[in-house]
Amino acid sequence: MTDEPLLRVSALSKFYGSRVGCDNVSFDLWPGEVLAVVGESGSGKTTLLNCLSTRLLPSSGTASYRMRDGQFRELYRMSEAERRFLMRTDWGFVHQNPADGLRMTVSAGANVGERLMAVGDRHYGKIRATAVDWLSRVEIEEDRIDDEPRAFSGGMRQRLQIARNLVTGPRLVFMDEPTGGLDVSVQARLLDLLRGLVTDLGLAAIVVTHDLAVARLLSQRMMVMKDGRVVESGLTDRVLDDPRAPYTQLLVSSILQV
Amino acid sequence: MTAQPTDIATYNFAYLDEQTKRMIRRAILKGIAIPGYQVPFASREMPMPYGWGTGGVQVTASIIGPDDVLKVIDQGADDTTNAVSIRAFFKKVANVTVTTDTATASIIQTRHRIPEHPLTAGQVLVYQVPIPEPLRFLEPRETETRKMHALEEYGLMHVKLYEDIAKHGRIATTYAYPVKVEGRYVMDPSPTPKFDNPKMHRSPALQLFGAGREKRIYAVPPFTDVVSLDFEDHPFEVQTFDQPCALCAAENVYLDEVILDDHGGHMFVCSDTDHCEKRREEGHRGHLAPETHLAPANMEPAQ
Repeated sequence: MTDEPLLRVSALSKFYGSRVGCDNVSFDLWPGEVLAVVGESGSGKTTLLNCLSTRLLPSSGTASYRMRDGQFRELYRMSEAERRFLMRTDWGFVHQNPADGLRMTVSAGANVGERLMAVGDRHYGKIRATAVDWLSRVEIEEDRIDDEPRAFSGGMRQRLQIARNLVTGPRLVFMDEPTGGLDVSVQARLLDLLRGLVTDLGLAAIVVTHDLAVARLLSQRMMVMKDGRVVESGLTDRVLDDPRAPYTQLLVSSILQV
Repeated sequence: MTAQPTDIATYNFAYLDEQTKRMIRRAILKGIAIPGYQVPFASREMPMPYGWGTGGVQVTASIIGPDDVLKVIDQGADDTTNAVSIRAFFKKVANVTVTTDTATASIIQTRHRIPEHPLTAGQVLVYQVPIPEPLRFLEPRETETRKMHALEEYGLMHVKLYEDIAKHGRIATTYAYPVKVEGRYVMDPSPTPKFDNPKMHRSPALQLFGAGREKRIYAVPPFTDVVSLDFEDHPFEVQTFDQPCALCAAENVYLDEVILDDHGGHMFVCSDTDHCEKRREEGHRGHLAPETHLAPANMEPAQ
């Protein structure tokens, strides 16, 4: 285990004109750590995630990422080619809507294999074997490998999206509401799967969610956002069991009790 | 270009005005400098519909000179409507010599074939291209595909080939088979059969591609590497035919199926009509060749 963080974020802000997307966000993320970002709609969670994953350029602030060679690189100073390479090798991005993260018109196998081919894999048999392996790891039957994701249920699509992202062995995965829009039993299985994969692979992950249960289950640490600012952060159990900021208290007490 | 001593004053030489030709030549030069890169150009309206070779005609019009000898083929044939019309067009507007003979032509405009007769240094092959973007059907956004070319992100191209193998057990793409030019740009060789792909590799002739509707020109300079994409365990291979040409008995050429009657009769003949005729003149005879030697007159123009 290394004593250096994987990602260092410092004073990150994003403004849309005079509107605040996220304001002055700083944190460190360590390898193998899962950080949940929670807050209500419009609190800047997704803006923050998009800035961190370089899909959006921040207005100010820095974020540096420790590359595989151990060197820290400033994300927003990298060339677009380097960033895109990072995106499809060392990073993953799981969209809320699987259709945004999958190619809906090519088969499941090709969806999983695309990243491998993008980094230069040119052996069909090996690519397919890897795809079969990953489909089984996300509990999709092998005989669905040549089906298009259009023929998949919502939960299967989401699992396929996860497989597609993890196939290159990334070290950091961004997830935007990974369980959004799924019914609770499917959610539970997906969370179980995610938790297993994150532990097995030692992934670091930043999970944006409005669902505190997801945060509780997946993350070790969490940040609570409101109006673009971080109002509270700390160990997940501590924040949820002993919320300090008034807004967090409101959020925690708003959980529906069944 | 100054006025010719012939009576073609009603048109500018080769139809296009000089400024347009300069603009297209600049695009061609840039294309040659960056093999396989699609250069945008201001495509003009031509006196023919898009899809009939407006890109190829503009390229030809920009490079043709009074001393050139022009050959035009359509799917390998010199005698189909498109080929005959374009040949007649340049005969009228540029007063150039036209031919059907591959070896003597200096410019060959082609729709979807490369002649069987090997091309030589100094010849120019002008392709008519309907869709210049090889990634089009994989990624519909032009902004994105241009970025992918710029950053050399070609994993997606192999996704298409992967899909072929997954669905058909082999790479089922038979035409417009993607190639990598000079180890850099992935290029659509226009919808030529993949049979012709190996002929592009290190060809001594200059190859120019014009897409009129899509407003793109690209080029492969002479002696440039053109490699067909494939997988290590599914290597690129060309079509093979299990019988020779029915008229000239040629083997290892690209054959067309011709329906002879409505009782299922058919034959396979050379798609390259010039090649077929030359061989028959040399005395080669296929099993369906007519008894009397009437080769060129025998060929009915396609409808």
